[in-house]
Amino acid sequence: MTGVGTLLRSHLRRDRWMLLWWVAGTVLLYWSQAVGTRATYTTDAELAEAARALVDNPALVAMTGPARALDTIGGQVAWQAGAFGIIVLALMNMFLLGRHLQAEEESGRDELVRSAAVSRTAPIVAAALLVVAADVVTGVLVVVALVGYGLPVAGSVVLAVGLVGSALVLGAAALVAMQLTTSVRSAYGITGAVVAAAYVLRAVGDVGDGTLSWFSPIGWAQAMWPYSGDRWWPAVLFVPAVAGLTSLALVLLHRRDVGSGLWAARPGPATGRLGAWSLTWRLQRGSVLGWSLGTFLMGLAYGSLGDSVGEVVGDGELARDVLGVNGRDVVDGFHATSLAMIALLACGFSVSSALRLRGDEDGGHVELLLSTTLTRRTWWLAHVLVTAAGTAVAVVAGGLGLGVGFALTTGEGSAVGRLGLDATTHVPAAWALAGLALVLHGWLPRATVLAWAGVAGCTVVLFFGALLDLPSRVTHLSPFEALARVPAESWSAGPFAAVLAATLLLGAAGLVGTTRRDLG
Amino acid sequence: MTPVVDVASLHKSFGRVRALDGLDLQVGPGEVHGFLGPNGAGKSTTIRVLLGLLRHDAGTVRLFGEDPWRHAAALHRRLAYVPGDVSLWPTLSGGETIDLLGRLRGGLDPARRDALVERFELDPTKKGRTYSKGNRQKVALVAALAADVDLLVLDEPTSGLDPLMEAVFTDCVDELKEAGRSVLLSSHILAEVERLCGRVTIIRAGRTAESGTLAELRHLTRTAVSAETERAPEGLEGATGVHDLVVEGQRVRFQVDTDHLGSVLELLGRAGIRTLTSQPPTLEELFLRHYGDHVEDAS
Repeated sequence: MTGVGTLLRSHLRRDRWMLLWWVAGTVLLYWSQAVGTRATYTTDAELAEAARALVDNPALVAMTGPARALDTIGGQVAWQAGAFGIIVLALMNMFLLGRHLQAEEESGRDELVRSAAVSRTAPIVAAALLVVAADVVTGVLVVVALVGYGLPVAGSVVLAVGLVGSALVLGAAALVAMQLTTSVRSAYGITGAVVAAAYVLRAVGDVGDGTLSWFSPIGWAQAMWPYSGDRWWPAVLFVPAVAGLTSLALVLLHRRDVGSGLWAARPGPATGRLGAWSLTWRLQRGSVLGWSLGTFLMGLAYGSLGDSVGEVVGDGELARDVLGVNGRDVVDGFHATSLAMIALLACGFSVSSALRLRGDEDGGHVELLLSTTLTRRTWWLAHVLVTAAGTAVAVVAGGLGLGVGFALTTGEGSAVGRLGLDATTHVPAAWALAGLALVLHGWLPRATVLAWAGVAGCTVVLFFGALLDLPSRVTHLSPFEALARVPAESWSAGPFAAVLAATLLLGAAGLVGTTRRDLG
Repeated sequence: MTPVVDVASLHKSFGRVRALDGLDLQVGPGEVHGFLGPNGAGKSTTIRVLLGLLRHDAGTVRLFGEDPWRHAAALHRRLAYVPGDVSLWPTLSGGETIDLLGRLRGGLDPARRDALVERFELDPTKKGRTYSKGNRQKVALVAALAADVDLLVLDEPTSGLDPLMEAVFTDCVDELKEAGRSVLLSSHILAEVERLCGRVTIIRAGRTAESGTLAELRHLTRTAVSAETERAPEGLEGATGVHDLVVEGQRVRFQVDTDHLGSVLELLGRAGIRTLTSQPPTLEELFLRHYGDHVEDAS
């Protein structure tokens, strides 16, 4: 264990700002739900009425979790923020581990560290301790914030234990993923798929008979019934899961060579026919396929809820707020929200893909590429074309998944083509966020990470905009809000053209910046 | 004839850091030019300006007589570049990378490429992430050497290569020289520069400290002489240009300014020379002299 202390101190120093943002963001997510709910329903009577409208709404249950004690502020907080809080914290864990383990190994800095008086397991132990510490601090602060707001202590502690336990299980899964592959990108892909699977399993389980929810650590946290029974025993499940996955990661670590994953790299062809355009496709095709599979499966899961979505909703005011139903079928409202969520998920691809331009600079590829006859403009366009096309493919794949799921449940085969086509109307939203990344890359290359703040902002608006009663001048900044909510509303050319034009402007500004500044 | 590279009083700052501060560099057609300087002197920054990746603040930069910032892509048809720290695409094989760069440079001769792969003993089927530093260097070198271009820009190209591969590289540069190509060779390995380059430019803190043929530069420095004479030589002490004189009976050792070598040898001749060795200054000494100044400046 030599060197763990030194490594941990250096991690804390390098990550202090990053940790602050993640932890503060997570705590704020919970606290703002409490404040927001109280602001929306000023009296208990209003809250009780809203709860009646929400309690049997499968669409909302699929998005958030099992509806329990929704007539209390605590129940609302656990319901609205529970699953998302876990996902946010799990992603923090994944990025922390990737940054200190895989990325270090990939860059060779890990070798330098290991050549010092540091034991073989020290880096992994230091990174794991960092994650545990960050999660526990987050949990404690969530309790402090919620108790400070006035919620019951027991329920707040149960909620926080579920959050931390679940995030740690997903973090341990990330640790295993990092032993399997050689690149941090693939490890993020695998972990992202595990987190998405945990979310979708509990969504389908919560709407159905609940069995599938027990296969998801997010489901375990929600089975602890914070503020509505405060059950402790599901927390026991976290222990063997974290211990088992961490042991597996350690076993794998000892069986592989430093610098190479368990899956060895295979030899490639001795000659190639790649050019500027085929290169970017070649580098991103795996990512396009992976994200498209992810959106397809998400669509499939939501689509499989079929007609049951519309059975119980009735005309609850809040259900209309959340789903934005405008005189059309509730199922259409649910599908419109699902498609917007799919487009939001596709932003994970569109933004990371747009930021590969920056990756080309940091990685030193741009130096080699632009020392040839390749122009800056062509280099940029080759990247951006793959970003645009890949984003469209991922969103449409999600729409097709939604259609296939719906068709399998209801037998209405025409839904596949219809929802696939409807998905295209949500594509410009995901493009617009890539446009933001491009303009940052062109003019503020050191601040490209702000593009993710755009994605986070749109997430907040999409999921909580109606519940938090955000003013429309804020919500309208989100391209997801600006676009027509197809199929709940009919397609309208105006907003579509406006978002598209804004995207093109952002992109063009990015290109101008990129051709004018120093590269590398 | 227009020089291939013509840089005059080049300035470039990154924020407050002044990377280049009045740098001059000229490379003529068919010339192998050594580009020397301590770490952080601005060699790579100069090369990036020449490639059109960085925009310079002041001074003039001409590549084949044109502005590399404005005409980067067109000018790059005539050059090939090997970066000092080659980073390959992790998932592309070496062969794919060589062919990609070749195509982007306007096509390469497959026979020449295969011959170079063989000479450098490179396994082109390995993936980028599995190559060692030396092998990554070889991938970039093969791609550059296989290109039919007028100028090669090589930034410390042999760092990471083993001595056998260094010899192969030296042969390749000799062949380029015979074929009349120009080479800008930034290097730390002075023996290599001495062996390959007709002219050198030594830079320090973003400024050109010395530039010229090796002969010209040597002229400015001292030659080490040691001799045995029949009689104790007279008049050496106090003779202009003689330094560090050590007389042990009939044996003498001293340094002499290369300008005054002739007149000092005359003095020795009068004492009757039995044996004489003289060592011209190595590039290392030239370099150390400038680097030494640098240390003094800093302290």
